[in-house]
Amino acid sequence: MRKWFALALLIVLGFFLAEIASSFPFGQEKWGVSKHYVDRGIEENRGANLVTSIVVNYRGFDTLGEVTVLFLAATALAFLLSTCRCRRKYRRWDASLILKTASETLYPLLILFGAYIFIHGHLTPGGGFQGGTVIASAVMLMLLSYFSFHPNHRALSTTEGLAGLAFVLIGFAGLVWGGSFLANNILPLGQWNRLFSAGVIPLIYVAVGFKVGAELSGLITDMLKATKEEE
Amino acid sequence: MILEYFMLFLLFLMLALGIYAVETRDLLASVLAAGFISLVASIVYLYLQAPDVAMTEAAIGAGLTTLIFIIAVRKTERYEK
Repeated sequence: MRKWFALALLIVLGFFLAEIASSFPFGQEKWGVSKHYVDRGIEENRGANLVTSIVVNYRGFDTLGEVTVLFLAATALAFLLSTCRCRRKYRRWDASLILKTASETLYPLLILFGAYIFIHGHLTPGGGFQGGTVIASAVMLMLLSYFSFHPNHRALSTTEGLAGLAFVLIGFAGLVWGGSFLANNILPLGQWNRLFSAGVIPLIYVAVGFKVGAELSGLITDMLKATKEEE
Repeated sequence: MILEYFMLFLLFLMLALGIYAVETRDLLASVLAAGFISLVASIVYLYLQAPDVAMTEAAIGAGLTTLIFIIAVRKTERYEK
């Protein structure tokens, strides 16, 4: 009975999704707000990567919401793990030499690559979220290969808080001097396709990169430390 | 044309991996299959000229999520009853 109900629900959902998808004019002339983004986005923001211009400037408020959701999820997970009394004891383990050597070599390179991705968010594909995730995976690699590797938790949460604060402060600076929240006319826009261009967009993405990197690193550390307790 | 057939192959590969991930009793294999779906999806996104989404999918879907699920599997049990 429940299976049939689920099947019927799936069919209805699929029907409406197909209906919506078929009503989009894929590859056709853009209209409305997306036409404005494509036609005037580069002129207005001077960012070589139009996706970043949309995510951080036109839809900057949504991005702030996304970052907040991520923060809430991390906080809730930390709370759950701290109340959990189910800590099992694990013996001290040792990863293989290959994993240790490889992660020691890759760790600084991965952090550098993550920083590169979010610093060049307005020029090349990627940005704060992607760069932050790459940094978190570097931390994860070290956590998996070294038992004694402990990222400084206080430093991580301080970084996270300061980066989030920077995002909001840049938004308020736009409100005070630019006329609207997260307005992109408080800094010179500079020349197209240069590192120092696109106004506040690179600043915001650097803040997002720091925030996501610190947040996910802390989250992974929490999860792993909940399973492994030194004996 | 060949590229389009290749994309079709990738899409069916994703479907097959998804069914395998649900059906298999080995949870570790299931998690790895789910991670592989994300990897294939990122190739498809790259073909559709969305490199930003492709990067996110590869970093989060194939990297972090898989690793977090592996931690969860290690913490619980590997085989489904």
